[in-house]
Amino acid sequence: MAYKGKRINPQKFERGQIKLIIVLLPLVIFMALPLVFIANHAFKPMEELFAFPPTFFVKNATMENFTKLVKFSRTAGVPISRYIFNSVIVTALTVGLSLLFTTFAAFALAKLKFKGRSLMMTINQLAIMFVATAVLIPRYLVICNLGMIDSIWAHVLPLLAYPVSLFLVKQFVEQVPDALIEAAYIDGATDMTIYRKIILPMTKPAIATAAILAFQQVWANMETSNYYINDDSMKTLTFYMNSLVNVNNTVSGQGMAAAATLIMFIPNLVLFIILQNNVMNTMAHSGIK
Amino acid sequence: MPIQLKRRDEKDMAKNNSSVDIETINKKKKNNIRKRERNNWNGYAFMAPYALMFIAFILVPVLMAIILSFTNFNSIQLPSFVGFLNYITLITSDEVFMQFVLPNTVVYALIVGIGGYALSFVLAWALCNLTKLPRTVFALILYSPSMTAGVAMTVLWKVIFSGDQTGLLNSWLMSLGLINEPIIWLISTKYLLPIVVIIGLWSSMGVGFLSMIAGILNSDEELYEAAAIDGIKNRFQEMIYITIPQMKPQMLFAAVMSIVNAFQNGLISTQLTGNPSPGYAAQLIVNHIEDYGFLRYEMGYAAAVSVVLLLIVQLFSKACNTLLTEKD
Repeated sequence: MAYKGKRINPQKFERGQIKLIIVLLPLVIFMALPLVFIANHAFKPMEELFAFPPTFFVKNATMENFTKLVKFSRTAGVPISRYIFNSVIVTALTVGLSLLFTTFAAFALAKLKFKGRSLMMTINQLAIMFVATAVLIPRYLVICNLGMIDSIWAHVLPLLAYPVSLFLVKQFVEQVPDALIEAAYIDGATDMTIYRKIILPMTKPAIATAAILAFQQVWANMETSNYYINDDSMKTLTFYMNSLVNVNNTVSGQGMAAAATLIMFIPNLVLFIILQNNVMNTMAHSGIK
Repeated sequence: MPIQLKRRDEKDMAKNNSSVDIETINKKKKNNIRKRERNNWNGYAFMAPYALMFIAFILVPVLMAIILSFTNFNSIQLPSFVGFLNYITLITSDEVFMQFVLPNTVVYALIVGIGGYALSFVLAWALCNLTKLPRTVFALILYSPSMTAGVAMTVLWKVIFSGDQTGLLNSWLMSLGLINEPIIWLISTKYLLPIVVIIGLWSSMGVGFLSMIAGILNSDEELYEAAAIDGIKNRFQEMIYITIPQMKPQMLFAAVMSIVNAFQNGLISTQLTGNPSPGYAAQLIVNHIEDYGFLRYEMGYAAAVSVVLLLIVQLFSKACNTLLTEKD
């Protein structure tokens, strides 16, 4: 049979796909193994954690590790509820504010005409390649000079400007037809009305993507707690979970640490599964031209 | 439908009122719109919050890094100007940098950056040849390691690469008879870098990977049919001549993301073995910065290394840009 072409995004299952699945499946399984392992490890009772030879799958699942995790935090000065509280506040503030700032800026860059716009776009495009860890020290000095050491804003503010996020949202806002905005202008709409009534409803997928990116950044962020916060009661859940991993380098600590890792990972996964359609929709416009 | 209602109002007005009124109204509107088309001050207002954060936490730190890199600064005394001394030291007499950090970074960046990029393209392409359900499930699994950025998973790697018989990998290799006694993975200078590279690869299917999937899925279907008529014979040709040219913008975005990913990830080895890693075996450029900045408090020198890192990333991105942008 002659080559037919157009096999991208097939609607039906064909025999040719079996070959691909056979090649892909081992790799996908290999990539998934560590995650499967951590999920199993978290539910292992003490005997299985100590077992020799070590086991991969859990046999008698218990919640032991999770209860120990909560109990252990009582012996440390700061209760785990405090860390959870900090994390929730910090995450909510960061995601909320960064969505607000990013959509504002994306609207301005994509649809408003003002001097210096293209310069700002170029700067942001360059900043996509910005490596945050490279400027840890000057950032520390900035935060010091703003008097934000040990404050909640040290967690939030440095993460608000995320060039990748702005770039993705801006690309998406550009897809909103100009005619629609002009029509609204003629009817006397202000820029704020256009932002609220046209831009926000029409760019929901990009906003969802920006939300995921912001969430991933702040939820797993340890640098702030490590370098900018000295007061233990102002640090976040990530920091506490990570200190478990490092302090309790014993087998019994391992179970707890695995439970902690799982707790940190699940919100990420759930959020992505819920929003994955939106993310793929946004990525279609992610190209740099 | 307020828009339509208002339009009807205008028509009514045109019928009933004198034409002078309408002209002035229209003039006002036109003026308003023309103003918006030239210089809309609201643009600055909308940009302001983001720009402020950008300046405070990205632009100023970068500029400070550049300035500090020409000074000697120990974070207690005021910085003193030393010219290019830090850069000269870095190139001529920092043995750790030349002997370990630079080669390690190059190896890591080559395998995780380029390898990861190639891998994510091939995987994205393969996934796009599947139907929606398996594609979504596979993409989710491949993407999920990058969500944690490889960092939160420390405990996992510590269990797997544990140096005694209770380590998962040691136990497997021994039961297979490949090794006789456990290998101390995380102390061994021989295995440390490969382990860090593997973990880096494992978590490299990030945003760029998703972007490539979207790029392939959105390529023009008719082109594939046309190409088949014009004599494209197999999937490989299709990929080279049809798919890639169409998704160049996405390829560029993904390339930039993987370059950044390849150079900013220093946390893996710090988490596994501490900083500096045993015998500097897995010391990457980011670790070197941390080492000098936060352990030795030689901030000026650390800043010089940071500037070099930022320059390298810009350079590579520039190269990708020239490779992948269409020449019109």
